[in-house]
Amino acid sequence: MRKIMGTVIAVLTMTCGAFAADPDPKDWKSVIEVARGQTVYWNAWGGDPRINDLIAWAGNRVEEAYGVKVVQVKLNDTAEAVSRVVAEKAAGTLSGGAVDLIWINGENFASMKRNGLLFGPWSEDIPNFALTRPDDNPGVRQDFTVPVDGLEAPWGKAQIVFYHDTARLPDPPKSVPAMLEWAKANPGRLTYPLPPDFLGSTFLKQVLLTLAEDTAPLYKPAAESDFAKVTAPLWTWLDAIHPHLFRQGRSFPANGTEMRNLVADGELSIGFTFDPADASSAIANGELPDSVRTYVLEGGTIGNVHFVAIPFNAAHKEGAMVLANFLLSPEAQARKQDPAIWGSATVLAVDSLAPADKALFDALDLGVATLKPEELGRFLPEPHPSWMERIEAEWAERYTRK
Amino acid sequence: MIRLAPVAAIAALVGPVAFGLAGAALPAFGWLPTLGGDSLSLDPWRDLLGQPGLLRSVLVSFASGLVTTALALAVVFLFLAGAGNSRLYGWIRRAVSPLLSVPHAAAAFGIAYLIAPSGLVARWLSPWATGWERPPDLLIVHDAFGLSMMAGLVVKEIPFLLLMSLAALPQVDPVRRIAVARSLGYRPVVAWFKAVAPSLYPLIRLPVYAVIAFSSSVVDVALILGPTNPPTLAVQIIRWFNDPDLEMRFLASAGAILQLGVTLAAMAVWWLGELIVARLGRFWIARGGRSLADGMLRRAGSALMLLAIGLAALSLLTLALNSVAGLWRFPEALPDGLSFAKWMRAAPTILPVLGETLAIGGLATLVSLVLVAAALENEVRRGRPSGPVAMRILYLPLIVPQIAFLFGVVMAAELAGFRPGFMLVVAGHVVFVLPYVYLSFAEAYRRYDPRWIMLARTLGSGRNGAFWRVRLPMLLAPCLTAAAIGLAVSVGQYLPTQLLGAGRVATVTTEAVSLAAGGSRRLIGVWALVQAVLPVLGFALALGIPRLLFRNRRAMGEVAA
Repeated sequence: MRKIMGTVIAVLTMTCGAFAADPDPKDWKSVIEVARGQTVYWNAWGGDPRINDLIAWAGNRVEEAYGVKVVQVKLNDTAEAVSRVVAEKAAGTLSGGAVDLIWINGENFASMKRNGLLFGPWSEDIPNFALTRPDDNPGVRQDFTVPVDGLEAPWGKAQIVFYHDTARLPDPPKSVPAMLEWAKANPGRLTYPLPPDFLGSTFLKQVLLTLAEDTAPLYKPAAESDFAKVTAPLWTWLDAIHPHLFRQGRSFPANGTEMRNLVADGELSIGFTFDPADASSAIANGELPDSVRTYVLEGGTIGNVHFVAIPFNAAHKEGAMVLANFLLSPEAQARKQDPAIWGSATVLAVDSLAPADKALFDALDLGVATLKPEELGRFLPEPHPSWMERIEAEWAERYTRK
Repeated sequence: MIRLAPVAAIAALVGPVAFGLAGAALPAFGWLPTLGGDSLSLDPWRDLLGQPGLLRSVLVSFASGLVTTALALAVVFLFLAGAGNSRLYGWIRRAVSPLLSVPHAAAAFGIAYLIAPSGLVARWLSPWATGWERPPDLLIVHDAFGLSMMAGLVVKEIPFLLLMSLAALPQVDPVRRIAVARSLGYRPVVAWFKAVAPSLYPLIRLPVYAVIAFSSSVVDVALILGPTNPPTLAVQIIRWFNDPDLEMRFLASAGAILQLGVTLAAMAVWWLGELIVARLGRFWIARGGRSLADGMLRRAGSALMLLAIGLAALSLLTLALNSVAGLWRFPEALPDGLSFAKWMRAAPTILPVLGETLAIGGLATLVSLVLVAAALENEVRRGRPSGPVAMRILYLPLIVPQIAFLFGVVMAAELAGFRPGFMLVVAGHVVFVLPYVYLSFAEAYRRYDPRWIMLARTLGSGRNGAFWRVRLPMLLAPCLTAAAIGLAVSVGQYLPTQLLGAGRVATVTTEAVSLAAGGSRRLIGVWALVQAVLPVLGFALALGIPRLLFRNRRAMGEVAA
């Protein structure tokens, strides 16, 4: 009898396990316990080997420390992961989904939040979140003007910087109008990645933010203003510059990494990136010549914070939280900021860290081509995500060859 | 048991295609209840037609199917007509299988690095011949008409059509036909085109149609070499399917059906072309001309074949160079320094992926081999060879564009409760591996002298004993070759792995293609090279194992070959 009872209890526990309530991040101890032995499928853009290496490293560390295995699902576009979660919801997969963690921000976050596809709130309760000093650092609570509401944990900071090979181009154009003049004089040496690649779309927003008479409407949903009127300066500028772009604007690099290869080959004179230390890091890897330097545009460049989020139906929420928490640790953040590894700026408030942790950051050699924080100039916040979608659609309509 | 084998094989081929097409066709007309589509409508088609650049995408896909096939077939026929029994012929005959096994993606990467404005060719010619100190602003790779994509496809399709022609040639007895034609005064090339080609072509017609289907709907090569804005229809369909806006699934399904239509249209045009060529050809043969620029055609055939093979070889060399290059500025012909840093850095990632690739390929090949051997054994025992219908079924998954039915398979599998993952990927690979294993194994199986089995039976062996102890050992070499081809096909699969694995199953091909859009060229070199070497190792084993096993049994080697 006792044996039967035992079996019944075991079966009941197992069934309960399968339909377990969502984990409570406030009870961190039990999160860590449940997480042990889980495999986290982290859906992250896979186009940059250095980032993939950092993700693999983080996976190894989390496996050592917490027994959580991490598998990177390498995406060509973050939208693929969003699409997968949407499809699962449509097919009725309300638990045990294939995606545990997504590297995300901007329009993808906005769309997932709007459609109730995210688990949470959780991100403000994981232990390392406090290290970002959110009250002094509001960027970690806002994603492209959309409130985060604890649905995603910050991972890194990005700001557009431009780079050029000083050996081939000593004096690059430092504003959007100057770029047009320069391209006319130097045809074929400038381009941007094909939208909807996020860097390409960001370049379009950068141009619009600099040329728009009034940027205030850009920080509200696009539906609230006259889209054609607000974006007109962007299209005028693009119409003027396209014939002078790389391949006469008939073909575009797929993303920032391909653009970097083109700069390395001397096909392009100017490139740009979301990681201020990207150029230094590429120099260290032998992917760019050591005569490359970075600069920012007069009037500032677009910056944003990128995050990790957990889908509502993730199979391994505990493991995903443990991983997200580790990504926010000083150890992981310092490694991520090291240009020899990746060179993406930390979201932690470095000055208020414990001395030993702060030392990790002070010890970093930011590299020859990296601007100091005070040289990065004005930081332009991202417009409301609805603009990105509209601009991408309009771009495709105007510039896809028919 | 064994009688079920042909049925099982047919089900494995027809099932996925039928379910897949249904799974794509219903949403294309608005029916997909899980996404709220519960009535039939033409809205997806209206949305599809409103997509910017659709017409150009369709035209490039359509042209690619026809141009690639025509060029590849022309080169193969010219070569066969002109090469006769020359040393070149023997050499290429041996090279064709390993060449065929280089996955499309690897070859495409190599070609991209070869012909780009900053590629190897431009470097070798600069600045002394061209005066270029910097790469010229020329749209070569990703050109709007898909020309470099077609070039990449031609290089890969030539070995395929050549292999198929070489397999079919003995059936038409070319030596005696040419001897007769020569004795009537026909020059060699004309003799081949008038006496051999008309009988050979019907035998390789299905492979030719498979080439049309493949090159009008390919995804990985189009991503690497094809136009970008807009891309080919197949690439565009992938983008729609991956859009977070689920409404786009309806549009993507309509796109998949449109892709089917585009491929069928290309085939229909080809079929019309066949009629015209046949009509003209009959007239040309009847007119009785003995000579037609014979020497020039012969040289052209050999030169084009060498060019294609040279391109393939050079592209592999480019990959190898890139994988060990340090900084490599234009126009330097060789990198500044060599370093194995990328190899060392990639090794920990490559090994597990390699394991998974081999596991998938091994399982898919094993399943296919068992099904094929059982079906063939059944055929032989019942003395009923498979007819043309069976051949058409065999080619079904090769002739229906992958992209048109794989999405449907994913949706059907999800409905049936199969989660995307390892086993689904293996099952998907079987659909594409099985036809190749069958094509490669069947010929040897049928040519096998039945008296060996009779002899075994008279010595008291049962039917199964005769199979395991006599037939299989004697057919070990062709069996292993079929396995090597199966493995190569599996390694090269991009779309089935990506879709049926929901991106969670990584093989060397999916890893290499995911780096395609701008990963470091060095690392792509590493991955593509691994991808290219894997099938070659398979062929080396297929050649080496029988030699090792039968090293003391010379006669076995002769039977097996």
